[in-house]
Amino acid sequence: MEFTLIKPLFGGFLLGLAALSLLFFNGRVAGVSGILGGFLSFKKRDTLWRFAFLTGLVAGGVLLLATCPETLDLNLKSSPPAVMLAGLLVGIGSRMGSGCTSGHGICGIGRLSQRSMIAAVIFLSSGIAAAVSIDLVFGGLI
Amino acid sequence: MGLLMIFLSGVLFALGLGISGMTQPEKVVSFLNVVGDWDPSLIFVMLGASMTYLTGYVFILKRSKPAFARSFTLPTSRDIDRPLVFGSLLFGLGWGLVGFCPGPALVALVTGYDSVLIFLLAMGFGMYSFEVLDSRLKGDPDGGAGLIIKR
Repeated sequence: MEFTLIKPLFGGFLLGLAALSLLFFNGRVAGVSGILGGFLSFKKRDTLWRFAFLTGLVAGGVLLLATCPETLDLNLKSSPPAVMLAGLLVGIGSRMGSGCTSGHGICGIGRLSQRSMIAAVIFLSSGIAAAVSIDLVFGGLI
Repeated sequence: MGLLMIFLSGVLFALGLGISGMTQPEKVVSFLNVVGDWDPSLIFVMLGASMTYLTGYVFILKRSKPAFARSFTLPTSRDIDRPLVFGSLLFGLGWGLVGFCPGPALVALVTGYDSVLIFLLAMGFGMYSFEVLDSRLKGDPDGGAGLIIKR
């Protein structure tokens, strides 16, 4: 894999800006799992703004596909059962842990929240453990 | 107007995910697989994003309220409890298994790949079941799963 510095930094800057924008306009944390989980629970009365943000994410995908399709040129090598298991783990884990890479990783760390820093260290560690052990045991994605 | 700005925040968030490389699962996996052909570039995504947020949020929170909402709604919990630890652990395992997390998976919906759809459905099911299970156990003082009810 080629090492790139500018794109990750600039993309990260845009992510931070988008999260600030949601905070400025709506006073909310830009945590995708929290926004989606709250939307799916159908219990909260604030589904409209959640829907607006989630639709924005999907629309952004359409824009990416139209302008820089290489960003969505997915090279998915994982098998359907692995993908299903990953989805379940990500869904349950992010709700139980009150956040994912965006809520804890961007907004939480950005607010210098100790809780989010610990969460990020844990999910980075278990993510590394999963990726490394699959590579060592199976010699590639399963 | 408020909803439009929220929508545009989502669009900008998606562009950030795409440009940074987070929407490419193989790039995420090669970042997490530190013993393989390691690609450290995604460290700079989290750095760039959280530093930007850190610089700006102080100024935003100095305002009495958000532009289009009654008040700021920020997490208040400070507990390092078992759900936080165990949930983050499970999340990371799923993230490292395939290389997708919630935001990028939603952005990739447009590709229409079977894997993306399977991931999103499984993730939505996981989130929904946790919400249902969690609120059910929370209402029961003697619920067996202390792991979930202790918040």
